[in-house]
Amino acid sequence: MILSVASGKGGTGKTTVAVNLALALQPDRPVHFLDCDVEEPNAHFFLKPVLEKSREVLKLIPEIDKGRCTYCGRCAEICAYNALAVVKDSVLVFPDLCHGCGGCRLLCPEDAIREVGVRIGVVESGRAGGITFAHGRLDIGQAMSPPLIRAVKEERNAGRVVIIDSPPGTSCPVIESLKGSDFCLLVTEPTPFGLHDLELAAGAAKEMNIPRGVVVNRAFLGGGDGPVRDFCSREGIPVLMTIPFDRRIAEAYSRGETLLDAIPSARQEFRELFERIERTRS
Amino acid sequence: MKQIVVISGKGGTGKTVLTASFAAMAEGAVLADVDVDASNLHLLLHPEIREQHIFRGSRKAVIDAEKCTGCGLCLPACRFDALIEGRDGKVSVDAMSCEGCEICYHVCPVGAVALEPHVSGTLYVSSTAYGPFVHARLGVAESNSGKLVTEVRKKAAQIAEQEGRGLVLVDGSPGIGCPVIASLTGTDLAFIVTEPTPSGLHDMERIFELTSHFKIRAACCINKFDLNPENTARVEAWCRERSVPVAGTIPFDPAVPESVVRGVPFVEHSSNATADEIRKTWAALSELIA
Repeated sequence: MILSVASGKGGTGKTTVAVNLALALQPDRPVHFLDCDVEEPNAHFFLKPVLEKSREVLKLIPEIDKGRCTYCGRCAEICAYNALAVVKDSVLVFPDLCHGCGGCRLLCPEDAIREVGVRIGVVESGRAGGITFAHGRLDIGQAMSPPLIRAVKEERNAGRVVIIDSPPGTSCPVIESLKGSDFCLLVTEPTPFGLHDLELAAGAAKEMNIPRGVVVNRAFLGGGDGPVRDFCSREGIPVLMTIPFDRRIAEAYSRGETLLDAIPSARQEFRELFERIERTRS
Repeated sequence: MKQIVVISGKGGTGKTVLTASFAAMAEGAVLADVDVDASNLHLLLHPEIREQHIFRGSRKAVIDAEKCTGCGLCLPACRFDALIEGRDGKVSVDAMSCEGCEICYHVCPVGAVALEPHVSGTLYVSSTAYGPFVHARLGVAESNSGKLVTEVRKKAAQIAEQEGRGLVLVDGSPGIGCPVIASLTGTDLAFIVTEPTPSGLHDMERIFELTSHFKIRAACCINKFDLNPENTARVEAWCRERSVPVAGTIPFDPAVPESVVRGVPFVEHSSNATADEIRKTWAALSELIA
């Protein structure tokens, strides 16, 4: 099973839920943990994996063969991202704008374009006890994370329960992370911000036909979880777990400790969360 | 005209809560929210919408099933797994995967692919009790957030120019990728909101590398500082080494979510020590930008 943890709003506790769920399932359920928040990967602070492997991830950009190029301008004309410009007798390539679609190479009438890789980040992998682990780290200044997210997901081990820690938001990086998931666990907090962004993230998962469930984190903070529950019942999304607001959890987090370190009895609740997810699916 | 962008790297550190309070204290600023896929500032500013503009990010492919002969030439050309071959061999487009590269349009020998302008969001110009406010909503599961960020910033700058306002105050988005880069270019000050946790510090380091990469001046504040005084000292030392001014240290305060539930900027919700610290932070920030 592939289980994605998402939220819309940042800082609601995605990583906390993903990490503690993975830990609570040990040792009897092998887990492969994929941190797909490649812009700001954080799960390693809590799982503390030994990273054994690192591989560079490249994106393809065009390179012009000056011997063959006739400066006809076809490549610049067909590039939907304005990543190429032809001025007199030179072709300018803007790597930051290039999506690596390969269209310019395919459509160049002189066969004067080949593709070369430029590094956008790394995928690091290893293990934390019985949990196998991988995350991506986008290089600073790189704009496009989806190709790196795809690379992290290629590490997926089909024989294990795959837990994906998604980035915040609802746009392309989140979609890339959720793609192919069997279940999407949405973590929210009972504030108007949490609810507003939950609605958006729930909408994205719905559009992708991924079954959904909600974890309410920091319950009883702010105005209570009434509005979140109303939304969930309207949408037919089960609320699978409630984590109360507890300063001990926030302090443990600030020390790089897990929720299970702070409150060991929560282990059973995370195991029940997983059972509920499995039941929802059957 | 000066521009301040509030960012954090890590989500949920308190960007929007602080931006709303700054908005309430900054007289005559233009306000903007560029967290276009999960915007929240409007929940505290209660905008009255004056103008709406449809945002078209890119074109997407649409295949006419009657014209498609099922030759399959387009299939290997698409690198985004956006073309789906049906049982009858005819091809259709998975709009969510389509990145609008338009290659299928070019390779189709029978002209069965059309490129349709795709509405990916809406940009709003509103008025609030604290000044004009430009915000946006990206459609669910849409791309092109960077372009929409740029549109929001352009509009806000234009209003500042027209109305002779000296400051554009921008609420940013988490991360370091495309929308964040679009929110940083050409700004006068990046204000980084961090928290004293391993993630907060790590993410601040990455966002600071990004601001340095683009040669943008940065300042920071430590939110919820008392959750871990040791880490707070670590963040402060880190900032000192890099000459990043720490404009404020704000305590962890359960009254903050209460103010969000009430839908008001914190400095108008409470006049406790937290509110005092936010006021001091704004004063320090105003001095930096002056």
